[in-house]
Amino acid sequence: MPLNLTAIYTIWLREMIRFFRAKSRVIASFSMPIFFLVFLGLGFNASFKFSGLPSGIDYIDFLAPGIIGMALLFDSLSSGLSVLMDKQFGFLKEIMVAPVDRLSIVIGKTLGGTTTALIQGLIILIVASLIGFEVKGVSGLLSSLVFMVLISVSFVGIGMIFASKINDMHGFQLITRLFAFPVFLLSGAFFPSTNLPTWLRYLHYINPLSHGVDGLRFCLIGTSQFSPIQDLFVLLGFCILTMVSGTYFFSVVEVEG
Amino acid sequence: MYAIKTENLTKKYDESIVVNQLSLNIIKGEIFGLLGPNGAGKTTTIKILATLLKPTSGSAEVWGYNVLKEQDVVRKSIGIVFQSPSLDFELTGRENLDFHSRIYNLDRSVRKNRIEEVLELVELSDKADTLVKHYSGGMQRRLEIARGLMHYPKVLYLDEPTLGLDAQTRRRVWEYIKKLNVSEQITVVLTTHYMDEAEQLCDRVAIIDHGEIIALDSPENLKTTIARDIISLQVVDRKKLLEVLKSSDFAAEIIFNELVEESVYLGVENGEK
Repeated sequence: MPLNLTAIYTIWLREMIRFFRAKSRVIASFSMPIFFLVFLGLGFNASFKFSGLPSGIDYIDFLAPGIIGMALLFDSLSSGLSVLMDKQFGFLKEIMVAPVDRLSIVIGKTLGGTTTALIQGLIILIVASLIGFEVKGVSGLLSSLVFMVLISVSFVGIGMIFASKINDMHGFQLITRLFAFPVFLLSGAFFPSTNLPTWLRYLHYINPLSHGVDGLRFCLIGTSQFSPIQDLFVLLGFCILTMVSGTYFFSVVEVEG
Repeated sequence: MYAIKTENLTKKYDESIVVNQLSLNIIKGEIFGLLGPNGAGKTTTIKILATLLKPTSGSAEVWGYNVLKEQDVVRKSIGIVFQSPSLDFELTGRENLDFHSRIYNLDRSVRKNRIEEVLELVELSDKADTLVKHYSGGMQRRLEIARGLMHYPKVLYLDEPTLGLDAQTRRRVWEYIKKLNVSEQITVVLTTHYMDEAEQLCDRVAIIDHGEIIALDSPENLKTTIARDIISLQVVDRKKLLEVLKSSDFAAEIIFNELVEESVYLGVENGEK
């Protein structure tokens, strides 16, 4: 089945217009991770050194890729909110009755969510470099984009699944938070996973975000826990899985009156 | 060929039958009304004809295309105005129309002119660049109608087009519908539970209840054949009502709906009193 590129572009374009129009939402969602980065990063950097940090790595260097991963996670998940809002305000009917296949709709929505998440990730990277984070080379920066895209697409897919199944905003926010906190706390974003007890470490291993953050660390600061190739494939697999199931769940959404 | 042709169209949810063996032929170019109370199956029928729901059994064709097998062609052939709003309130009127024209793959050269054209038709040209959230209810409905027309559909579905509008706005929406039926040469299928709306607008009306067609004719003929006004009642205790009615000469004719226990139709000489 050929994809409908015009429709994908149109749906993406709409997400962009809405994103840049909702200024307060943009500022609020950007501030959270920056608070974490600046206050945690600067605070812990000066006060003590985590055991398990790779030698020669400052806490801020360790933390910044983690915060980027965290921001991508939260922003991507909440992009499911746009599906939910379309459902609630009726616009979904306009999309569903159009001569466009469901996969193209999902891809358009996903690209929209991924773009906003990427913008956020890059802003955090800039802020981080302002407070002492050093990126190791241009190639590292470019390859980190691959990981950022994969993390975003994966969790946009999860957000889409939640949005297809849940019908109210509060429920959606509760569920995504319930999902997101363990995922990012166990991703090794804040502290080295070697500090975790064994049983939690297994959860860390199977957590897709662990591999995302680890991949980002490899690209940005040149140190990683797993092999970057392994990170890439785990994440890629997870990404495909969430996209396929996201599309499936979206295609069976019933359109109300 | 008919604009719309259904044969024994049926939709069941678990045990309840929402649309029951509906067979319809809607002629090209007419304004056709589905008249009936809430829950009669009108919206469900529209949704099946718009490919949003799959029928349990029976078949439906829009402009000769099967709603199950040729979804995309059917979707291109129809425009639809839903009962509840389906606009993006954070976009302007023009942006809503632009989204629609792109997603329906309208040619770039046509797009701009067509937007101006439909805006003019519903008299929203001067509000085109205002965010839809600042529109009044009537303006929103007009924009939805304009949007439904954007891609030159053959058939336009209007699901309760004047629901929740004040008397003046209703009349204007009627005018637009009549106007576009002529100027766009478009077949219109509308659902309504207002008798006066069906009478004002439609060339032919199907009265539908419990998913079945009770009567189908032009509004004038429907009025002369029935000769009386009909009051449809839903009652708990039919026997008691019968006793009361028999002791008065209020109702000239009592028709029971055989399907549902609680329904009674009363034929009276002047129902509006």
